[in-house]
Amino acid sequence: MIADFFTITVLVGILTSGIRLATPYLFAAIGETFSQRSGVLNLGVEGQMLLGAFAAFYVSYITGNLWLAVLVAIVVGALMGLIMAFVSVNLQAQQGISGIGFYLFGLGASDLLFQKLVGTVKIANSFSPVYIPVLSEIPGLGEIIFQQNVLVYVAFALVPVAWFVLNRTTLGLKIHAAGENPAAADSLGVSIAGVRYFTIILGGILSALAGASLSIAQSNVFQQGMTSGIGFIAVALVYFGGWRPWGVLGGALLFSMVNALQLWIQVKGVGIPSDIAVMMPYVLTILVLVASVSRVRGPSALTKPFEREN
Amino acid sequence: MTESRILPSGQTRIDSLEMRGITKRFPGVLANSKVDFDVKAGEVHALLGENGAGKSTLMKILYGLYHPDEGEVLIDGKPVSIDSPNDSIKLGIGMIHQHFMLVQTLTVAENVALGLPSSRGPLTDLDRVSKRILELADIYGLKIDPSAYIWQLSVGQQQRVEIIKALYRGAALLILDEPTAVLTPQEVKEFFIIMNQMVRDGHAIIFISHKLHEVVEISHRVSVLRDGHLMGTRPTSEITKQDLANWMVGREVGFAPDRGVVERGEVRLELENVTCGTDRGTPGLRGVSLEIAGGEILGVAGVSGNGQRELAETITGLRKVTGGKVLLEGQDVTNLPPAELTERNLSYIPEERMKDGMIKDFSVAENMVLREHQKTPYSRYGFLDLGAIARHSDALIAKFHVKTPSRETHAKNLSGGNIQKIVIARELFRNPRVLIAAQPTRGLDIGATEYVRQQIIEQRKAGVAVMLISEDLDEILALSDRIAVLYEGRVMDIVPRDQATPEKLGLLMAGVAQDLSCEPAK
Repeated sequence: MIADFFTITVLVGILTSGIRLATPYLFAAIGETFSQRSGVLNLGVEGQMLLGAFAAFYVSYITGNLWLAVLVAIVVGALMGLIMAFVSVNLQAQQGISGIGFYLFGLGASDLLFQKLVGTVKIANSFSPVYIPVLSEIPGLGEIIFQQNVLVYVAFALVPVAWFVLNRTTLGLKIHAAGENPAAADSLGVSIAGVRYFTIILGGILSALAGASLSIAQSNVFQQGMTSGIGFIAVALVYFGGWRPWGVLGGALLFSMVNALQLWIQVKGVGIPSDIAVMMPYVLTILVLVASVSRVRGPSALTKPFEREN
Repeated sequence: MTESRILPSGQTRIDSLEMRGITKRFPGVLANSKVDFDVKAGEVHALLGENGAGKSTLMKILYGLYHPDEGEVLIDGKPVSIDSPNDSIKLGIGMIHQHFMLVQTLTVAENVALGLPSSRGPLTDLDRVSKRILELADIYGLKIDPSAYIWQLSVGQQQRVEIIKALYRGAALLILDEPTAVLTPQEVKEFFIIMNQMVRDGHAIIFISHKLHEVVEISHRVSVLRDGHLMGTRPTSEITKQDLANWMVGREVGFAPDRGVVERGEVRLELENVTCGTDRGTPGLRGVSLEIAGGEILGVAGVSGNGQRELAETITGLRKVTGGKVLLEGQDVTNLPPAELTERNLSYIPEERMKDGMIKDFSVAENMVLREHQKTPYSRYGFLDLGAIARHSDALIAKFHVKTPSRETHAKNLSGGNIQKIVIARELFRNPRVLIAAQPTRGLDIGATEYVRQQIIEQRKAGVAVMLISEDLDEILALSDRIAVLYEGRVMDIVPRDQATPEKLGLLMAGVAQDLSCEPAK
């Protein structure tokens, strides 16, 4: 029966949707990697994603212009990041608590706006697959990788870009120092506030894009709480990935593949109750986190607001 | 000093720097009051003072970390404004902080490059930075590998990175904030050689310290701060150590406490081949054996991080012993919980008094009974007897001269010296059999230090077995009967008092075995 299930077609299908489903994890977790590397834990990712998802959906629904939708999602994410940065950097809030606040705000605000502005389930314009010339013709691989929507390509391209920025640029050096020893960086004239504002806002933007990828690429609707924990899993992925973009990519793929698998199991009905299948990614989160505890040491100054001592 | 205004590093010299009438207030504290201070090219000007005298504040103002409420800074006669470290760095001022400002997980070159514009725009140019580091290292005799990670370096090497970092940024004037506090005596010597060379080359150096003998040895002029006021500035050659000490404290200070004669009693504490891990899971102690008798002070010397903390914590039941035995008065107490050890009259003055020695949001009285609050007379049937606690703490406040507005004052509002007195009162009033004192005078001013050392000597006279763990070699030499030197979790040697010299201990602290140092020089 299992053998029947794993035909080539099904395998390609799982891998294709696995790659696609990795998109929101990647956006959100790469953004979170930046803010954590600079010493800020952003637990509000899920809320930022929901607002981004709604903003993108709404603009797409009203105007039909997908790029405008992406742009508005970016602006909304940047604004959320700005507020988050003000709260964590200037007000020096407990990041764990304020992050939960941001999540709840995003959850409530996105739903409220949806109820007021849209009301019922509506369908919006969404990104369709872009076939990369030649490459998409490759049997199997072409379908899996090169027939995805544009946000998928952007998300995967982010991984090497993030690696490069963190490891090969002066900005990356400042981010690393701000997360490890902000006092040292400060004594060399690096603006810790500036660095953290940058990473938190970048995190907000990427979270919003993660949300947009759900509402105007993977689907074409907005639903209350449609992020279903991806934002929190993204935070976990940063730990799992050891605060490195390639590690995060590995984690994101692991989760999205399991997710794709459970979707196919539900569709095909392999005799595993669908409730169990739906649980798989979350069970995996717990297992992965337990396994990755203290495997890699995180940024020393993570969650610690910076203030010059007297 | 008139020949060239260009330093070997290529930077223009700062001929003179002057701070005039600097005043800085923090809420409730006048940190600096109308302080005048100056330094010239080619001199070491020592800034001396007790903790809280305002030395660091003054220097942080010069470095742009604080803004003065009044006063001005002049470089070569011209007023300058310094609003941030960026400004001071541009003016040629470099600061080496007491706690190194290095990112452990970055390399030497990355630490040096941090915050500087790169020749490749947004991309790092670490190859170029490394080349320049090697040039500077060569000019100033500071051997360093630019690609090494900071965590791989010894403390002395890290200090060199700090100096190179400052030179790389074109420092003509260096502020050194207690640079020798973390070094072994040999490293201090090497460091002084580097300092002397820099001064000869035309750098100006401000040397902050509270170690008088170092100030006398290295500086050309010395200024003393007390309670934020400048007590005066003198050429070092015209002043004695005793004068300086009296200036700092404002009264006569006794340097060598009188130890008296005490008979060595029975062995009370014994460690047999004890091993344990560190917080990071690396080996902490690698088989430590020693014993301490009643009426004896065993000094434990060593450079910070060589197992001192682990040693204190294994004996006091705070850290799991993974091998070997701890014996208290002949009985095996290995891995017994701290409460059990309290019953057996073990007392402990922990290294981090604010973290491990007390609860800072508790009152003085509550802190006084932390160890025995669950016992009569302080509590009965699970209820605290506040009257008994109040009487007890009032008695201790009087006996141990704790300066506090009341017994209800929160511990965090007291000075470091008074906080340590609370810990000492709590630990010593119950007449311990064994006392573990870890860095008992660290961060205390001269007056409080004197008091704490006197208390430790009193314990010795009372027949207590005392372990004194300290990174202050002078303290170890002044108080101990025997001195054990820890290096990488092992006891290098135990040296009797009359055979201990700073040089000998310094070699042991650096991990050089005794028999090597006895070999004739070739």
